[in-house]
Amino acid sequence: MSRGNPGRVPGSDLGLNKWAMCPERFAMQRRVFTRLVSVVFGATALGVVHAADEAPDAMVKRISTEVLDAVKADAAIQAGDVGRITALVDSKIMPNVNFGRMTASAVGRFWRQATPEQQKRLQDEFKTLLVRTYSGALGEVKDQTLSFKPLRAKPEDTEVVVRSEVRGRGEPIQLDYRLEKTAGGWKIYDLNVLGVWLVETYRSQFAQEINTKGLDGLIASLAQRNKSSGKS
Amino acid sequence: MKPWLVDVSVLRRCVSGCLVAGVLALSGCATGPHANPKDPIEPFNRGVQQFNDSVDEAFLKPVATFYRDVTPDLVRTGVNNVFSNLRDLWSSVNAALQLRPREATENFLRFSVNTFWGIGGLLDIASEMQIERTTLDFGQTLGRWGVPSGPYLVLPFMGPSTVRDALGMGVESSGDLLSGMNHVPTRNSLYALRIVEARANLLRAGALLDQAALDKYSFTRDAYLQRRESQIRALTGKDDNEDDDE
Repeated sequence: MSRGNPGRVPGSDLGLNKWAMCPERFAMQRRVFTRLVSVVFGATALGVVHAADEAPDAMVKRISTEVLDAVKADAAIQAGDVGRITALVDSKIMPNVNFGRMTASAVGRFWRQATPEQQKRLQDEFKTLLVRTYSGALGEVKDQTLSFKPLRAKPEDTEVVVRSEVRGRGEPIQLDYRLEKTAGGWKIYDLNVLGVWLVETYRSQFAQEINTKGLDGLIASLAQRNKSSGKS
Repeated sequence: MKPWLVDVSVLRRCVSGCLVAGVLALSGCATGPHANPKDPIEPFNRGVQQFNDSVDEAFLKPVATFYRDVTPDLVRTGVNNVFSNLRDLWSSVNAALQLRPREATENFLRFSVNTFWGIGGLLDIASEMQIERTTLDFGQTLGRWGVPSGPYLVLPFMGPSTVRDALGMGVESSGDLLSGMNHVPTRNSLYALRIVEARANLLRAGALLDQAALDKYSFTRDAYLQRRESQIRALTGKDDNEDDDE
């Protein structure tokens, strides 16, 4: 997308062909025009896609704060109401997660063998599994605070790790995120709790299932697990 | 430092030699085509985990649940603090063995402050004073000095471990302050209380695991091995920033 480099706008070449007979003037006009376009475009881009400029750690901090506040303010969520939690996840968390990449990477080399239909079902069931897993823990959210470690990344990095700790009673809980830079801002694609990466753990869970029962077998197992723990 | 390194290499040989051979003798080395190379004795381990689960289901979990439900929060916090305080002293020893003076000092300071000002560790004054706790065990110390984890091992009653960590646990139990108590009934009651308290703290984690895992055995194993690896990587100063994504 041209958003990344507003100084070079494709139209600035095409629209000025009528000046071609006067090369010097053309060059000057073109410079002025390009600068004007870049200023206008840059200003617009700044307003519209400020999310794309947000630093990855700032983004994780913002989302976590929003989610924690929402959880603290909602008794139904704290009681583990899966419907309410799913709504919160969909509105606050999912827009900042590349869940397609997460699922694909957890399914590993089998992902390419899956039909689009199977891929969609895998994503849906995997998401439900994670939401149900974490929904039990949300009742524990009380006076915990988050502290973020300084981001160790170069400005040109497109993949970074944001490290944080949940501090409350007892020992701090390590919570890290892997993020990738996309046109629509930074997106989370992996999560580390207490030194354990989520995608890596599920990759071996899934592989084990696929090796014995195939892709459809994995989907069935996930669906079964999500159904059987429906009590809440 | 030199004699210590020699010790480690002797330990290493002893670990991989005796212990593995012993365990292998107990189980067939049966492994399927998709076996995890870190878990060569999976059938044996699964058996032990099954045993642990049934002990837990029949006895430990009900007791821990009861304990959690009837004990006032204040008492539980106190009990937790006392055991954590003993732990801090041991962490301090491990930090020293790992040549980490800051953590050694902090943990020792925690232990002194809580023992003398916190009525034998009942109150966690050190945390109020924001002295940081870094829990370290002897398995990590061995790992810090290059002892490989060895095969994954599920210990009866104790759960997930590796050959190295099991050895660390053995050393730790001999350095355990409780084991120095002369009055045996008191000592055993304290052992039991420590186990029940630890289990009560894990009640929620157990429920989470039941939901998260497709196969509880391999999930526990993979999470345990990953966690230990990342702890030891942090100790040896190697960064775990590398991306092992496909």
